[in-house]
Amino acid sequence: MKSLNKFNLTVTSNSANESFIRSAVSAFIAQLDPTIEELSDIKTAVSEAATNCIVHAYKDTIGKIFITCEIFENRTITVKVRDRGCGIENIKQAMEPLFTTGGSERAGLGFAVMESFMDKLYVKSKVGVGTTVLLKKKLSVRI
Amino acid sequence: MSVRTESNERVLTVYLDGEIDHHTAKGMREVIDKSINELMPEVLVLDFKDVTFMDSSGIGLVMGRYKELKKCGGELHIINTTPHITKVMKLSGIERLAKLGKAEK
Repeated sequence: MKSLNKFNLTVTSNSANESFIRSAVSAFIAQLDPTIEELSDIKTAVSEAATNCIVHAYKDTIGKIFITCEIFENRTITVKVRDRGCGIENIKQAMEPLFTTGGSERAGLGFAVMESFMDKLYVKSKVGVGTTVLLKKKLSVRI
Repeated sequence: MSVRTESNERVLTVYLDGEIDHHTAKGMREVIDKSINELMPEVLVLDFKDVTFMDSSGIGLVMGRYKELKKCGGELHIINTTPHITKVMKLSGIERLAKLGKAEK
């Protein structure tokens, strides 16, 4: 797949940046003229990935979140959200709907949202090293 | 993000406004729980008409309020959700706990 455009963004894991991260991705993708539904889906999935970094990866600390958003030919986009936080011990369990270690106010649906709103979701993680989430979606062809 | 509440003897209506994510949900939760504890409503109505974005933190917010409400035996209604918010809600199966619908005239 040929890459057509790309941006990198590094932000600190303050919760106020959740909105900034999804808005930045959404503004970049706007050049493809996505549907409102596609844009909402991507914003929501990115918001989940960023929130995971803030709530889980850097639970009691502040660290860096690295975002790479890339546009490929055939209207395919990828968003990579990477942290150098605590890592996930059991990815399979973490991805189960309703599973959470985040307390009673967390729904445990972050990965379920990413999976259902995007075409592909890849998660790579190592305890003590960090986690990388890659989200991929092919946008519909606008006539 | 802002929260406005309106109440009569039985019904507490909460008008949510803006974006609901992990960052904003905390403030919303505090306002709603304060009203629930003061009023012990029979019905809590959460109005999503002016909510422009919501991720799964919104589900956590709704589920948490459902649990609070159950303590005083109340019922939860969720109204005026946009297609995007309905999609997020349905993923959680929350419609089994709360009534989803439009505003009653």
